[in-house]
Amino acid sequence: MDLHALGACLTTSACVVTQTTSGLIVGMLLFLVAAGVTLIFGVLKIVNFAHGTFYMLGGYVAYTALGVTDSYMLAVLAGALSMALFGVVFERALISRVYGSNVLMQLLICYAVVLIFDDLVKIVWGPEFHAMGMPQAFQVPPLFIAGGVVPPFYAVLIGIAALIAIVLGVGLSTTRLGKTVRAAAINAQMVSALGVNTTLLFAIVFAVGGGLAGLAGALAAPVRSLSPGMGFSVLIESFIVTVIGGMGSIAGALASALLIGLVRGFGTIGFPQFTDGLIYIVMIAILLLRPQGLFGRRL
Amino acid sequence: MKSNGRSGTRETAIAAVALLIVLVVPFVHRSPAFEDFVIRLSAMALFATSLNLLVGNTGMVSFGHGMFYGLGAYAFALMMQMTELSLPVAAMLAVLFTTLAALCVGAICVRLSTDYFAFITLAFQMLIYSVIISWQSLTGGDQGLRGGLPRREIFGFDLASQLHLYQCCAVVAVLGLLALRHISASPFGQTLRMIRDNESRTGFLGVVLWRARLWAFTIAGGFAGLGGVLAALFVSGAYPELADWPNSGQAIFAVMLGGINSFLGPVLGAAMLLALNDVVARVTEYQGLVLGIVILIFALGLRRGVLDFFRVAWSKDSQ
Repeated sequence: MDLHALGACLTTSACVVTQTTSGLIVGMLLFLVAAGVTLIFGVLKIVNFAHGTFYMLGGYVAYTALGVTDSYMLAVLAGALSMALFGVVFERALISRVYGSNVLMQLLICYAVVLIFDDLVKIVWGPEFHAMGMPQAFQVPPLFIAGGVVPPFYAVLIGIAALIAIVLGVGLSTTRLGKTVRAAAINAQMVSALGVNTTLLFAIVFAVGGGLAGLAGALAAPVRSLSPGMGFSVLIESFIVTVIGGMGSIAGALASALLIGLVRGFGTIGFPQFTDGLIYIVMIAILLLRPQGLFGRRL
Repeated sequence: MKSNGRSGTRETAIAAVALLIVLVVPFVHRSPAFEDFVIRLSAMALFATSLNLLVGNTGMVSFGHGMFYGLGAYAFALMMQMTELSLPVAAMLAVLFTTLAALCVGAICVRLSTDYFAFITLAFQMLIYSVIISWQSLTGGDQGLRGGLPRREIFGFDLASQLHLYQCCAVVAVLGLLALRHISASPFGQTLRMIRDNESRTGFLGVVLWRARLWAFTIAGGFAGLGGVLAALFVSGAYPELADWPNSGQAIFAVMLGGINSFLGPVLGAAMLLALNDVVARVTEYQGLVLGIVILIFALGLRRGVLDFFRVAWSKDSQ
């Protein structure tokens, strides 16, 4: 524990800017993953334990796509779209078979998928760590904001994630599809009785969730290293985000992802050994004080 | 489901026969691999069966059961390394410590509804895991507690010998399972099943729900700690992985593979999981791939644990 360093950091604008940026990066990427988790839970009442796998595969697909096309934008698109497709296949082929059965059965299937794809990634890309490297376009001098160093790629990353958050929020509240999704979250059977093809709707929800996770993986690839099993820590954190924000609430996911990101950003200075522990303590505290989460409705 | 209210004589007899067979095997044929397997199974079986007291009996899905397994292992290993206590005393104190820890964690968790209960137990597990990782001066951090356990003799048993360790683990595991069986067949166990099936009715009958759940959680934590003690004996130390999430996952899969509605389901599941891991490890380095496919086949094919599947199939046939 190093409260002295934390105090010193909070009083210098350079340190505040740097840590806030790194916190926002973590938070925004986390939001993209957690948004999918919370959307899938909200509509299908399924806790998708395989969501970290989507994130991991998105990163690896983008890594390969970058090698082939040499365009980071195409790589990100490839990562996101392939995972959207994977989400549909996963839902149709596996998850749809256990709708309505024991939660543990769903967990078992998801865990099997996690195990299988961690090893498939090892077979295809090898067990070693891969670094994607910063895309060519962003290999420029960093920005200086109030004395803090902000690489331009970070700024773009935060921008893209923020844009997605807005599109998702507006899409859910105003478009026809968004309203149908929200209605299905309240009562899927009723929505089905009103003539909406819920089978298609569920597949779309999985496609959006998977696509977002793949996008997050592809966006994170230049700033983090790729390794088999990397999905797991992201999965746990996105669960924490989902629980803190309220299961099924996109706004809650955004708020709590940023909260977790900032706790991480500044926690590494104050409690370098215990940043993870800090996050679990936040989660336990919130679960005790507000079990439904910050933005959740009481179940 | 058949009534479990009969006297425990039959169970005790079955346990005695099983124990006898396990103890006789080494005198007929010594096989280090088999003995090794039984030692690991004894730890895993206690761990999985104690989890099933929560999952199958009470309907409480805990994702963090591994924390008590890890705590038991660490408490025991630390006591053996840092004090001069004899082995049974250290083991009992470790189980007591784990039970108290389960009581504290449970007091906070058991009032939450299903989904949130699962997540908060996971959060507690990860909290304890990160404490173990970061408290390096006590726990050795991510290296784990090394240096081995002092092998003090107890009652002429020398646990450095694999045979003696095997006998000791088998006896402890069978006694532990028997105790769990008695708990699950007792009126208290019936109350837990009643809570699982309909908690509002149980509440109307005057059962204080949180208290019964807390008891179940505490007892399950204690037995998981006992499993952890056996694990610490086997690895001769303690490692953070014992308290990590995948370990809780292993217990959940053991429970699910074997069957949550049969008392011996988790034991069978643990044996299947361990055997599968061993066999696959010999054939390929990609254990996860094979294990995952096997889990998928079981989950999608049987839709329930193996023992549950056979019980349902058998009762259909006999009608």
